[in-house]
Amino acid sequence: MRSRIVHIASNTFREAVRDRVLYNLIGFALLLSGAAVLVGQISIDIEKLVVINLGLTAVSLFGVVIAIFIGIGLVSKEIEKRTLYTVLSRPVRRWEFIVGKFFGLSGTLVVNTFFMAIGVFAALFYVSHKFVKADGLILVALYFIVLEFLIIVSLALLFSSFSSPLLSAVFAFSLFVIGSFAEDLRNFARMAHGISGWLATAAAYLVPNFSAFNVISSIAHEQPVAAQLVLQNTLYALFYAATALSGAVLIFQHRDLK
Amino acid sequence: MKGRDQVTVIAAACLVLFLGASIMMLRRIDRTRPQATLQEVLYISSPKVLKRASLGYDGLLADIYWTRAVQYFGRSHHLSGSDNLLAPLLDITTQLDPHLLVAYQFGASFLAPRPPNGAGQPERAIQLMKYGIENNPNDWHLYYDLGFVYYMDLKDYKQAADAFESGSKVPDAHPFMKVMAAQMAQHAGEFETARMLWSATYQSSQDKQIRQNALEHLRALRVDEDITHLEEAMTRFEQRNGHPPASIAELAAAEGWHGLPADPDGHPYKITAEGRIEVRVPDDFPFSAKGLPPGYKPIPRFHTPE
Repeated sequence: MRSRIVHIASNTFREAVRDRVLYNLIGFALLLSGAAVLVGQISIDIEKLVVINLGLTAVSLFGVVIAIFIGIGLVSKEIEKRTLYTVLSRPVRRWEFIVGKFFGLSGTLVVNTFFMAIGVFAALFYVSHKFVKADGLILVALYFIVLEFLIIVSLALLFSSFSSPLLSAVFAFSLFVIGSFAEDLRNFARMAHGISGWLATAAAYLVPNFSAFNVISSIAHEQPVAAQLVLQNTLYALFYAATALSGAVLIFQHRDLK
Repeated sequence: MKGRDQVTVIAAACLVLFLGASIMMLRRIDRTRPQATLQEVLYISSPKVLKRASLGYDGLLADIYWTRAVQYFGRSHHLSGSDNLLAPLLDITTQLDPHLLVAYQFGASFLAPRPPNGAGQPERAIQLMKYGIENNPNDWHLYYDLGFVYYMDLKDYKQAADAFESGSKVPDAHPFMKVMAAQMAQHAGEFETARMLWSATYQSSQDKQIRQNALEHLRALRVDEDITHLEEAMTRFEQRNGHPPASIAELAAAEGWHGLPADPDGHPYKITAEGRIEVRVPDDFPFSAKGLPPGYKPIPRFHTPE
């Protein structure tokens, strides 16, 4: 079972590389090196701040776009190309296919983030000429960004398991936007009463809470992140991704592929 | 059970289990970083930057910031500290949407009163109102609110008179703006003017909380006025008898009043052992300036539910 999941995951990774997904790294490198050079010339005292903010935001946005646009095609593309039938005719279970796809795309994003992280640190070194202890906090922000990707990949897979690629992209992107304002949504829910309050609270807990993962601003200001939050965010991301994956498995298990 | 059914059951069980676990974890995260949202939003404290970052959706962003300001005010225990975030939140809100009138009107009520009923920053409230007037010169309510803050919180009669006067010239301004301007100019009796202001607030607003707030202030004014009269009666009693009255009943009998003087809820006032006149239930009149026990801290009012 494990080898089958690993096999599907590595195939997904290879396919993403073949699709030139990692080409985004060139765009990222150009953006960051351009910003590092430009900011040094036009701003006073906030070069480091801008590089951290811009670098981490770019890592997050590039990754989210990849997670959504590759994730939504993971199932539908296989059906369209009829390769799914070949895969499932072998002793591969449907749930293994979904889980394998999840790990494959997540792995791609981890590798992508790793290279981007090197770029962020290189740009940082360029503007400040040295590393300080607080720069280590950037790793926490990168880790949170990867956790965010796990949730988005699982959601893209969930939508991909029952909907068309276009609608899946719309759903996934909408959830990403709503999830970024999840704390505001919960604040609205607290202010509402009666049935609307209940509905708003339920919605606020059902949508992914991405605001808890967004520590870019605080890290740019060298504010430490509580170890407890790192643990809680890790567990939350794993639980949420597992929920969405379970949903995807449940739907895909009963989907008529004829 | 067939393999397929088995997977369905396990996947369904996992879905429920992990969903429950993620909700539980989210609640823990909320406890770990309860104020994170508000602290973080002010990392970008420049409304101009926010306006550009909103990609044209500045109205929506202003609504979000306004909601955050209301939420922040709801957690009143932050208001007295020097790290009070209320004024920056209101500045961002109104600069994102300069026509969001509610942010000026409520915002001034949040900022001006002393803690725990407000942030105790009347100067910031005035800045806010002036910005509001600059952007909405034809709304007389804003001039009224500005005059209100000058009179109630700063006791600056001249500025208050100017604000009411300017407001009275705005088309469709309420007629009482002219009366208020005259009252301020004459430095009319405190109670009378204050009552007129709160009555005007009560009548001119449709908002439940503003009306309730005005009502509570009117009740408190009645207590203040009653106690002022009772104190005068006590002085007369003492001059006549050489000692203060032992009880409110003794004072009422000496003055020839029918029944005992009572607060707006019908509870008779009392004379304490120290010779002070107090209300029986201080929590019913948190805005009173008189009649409350020494050191009494009112329960915060005029708050939105958390």
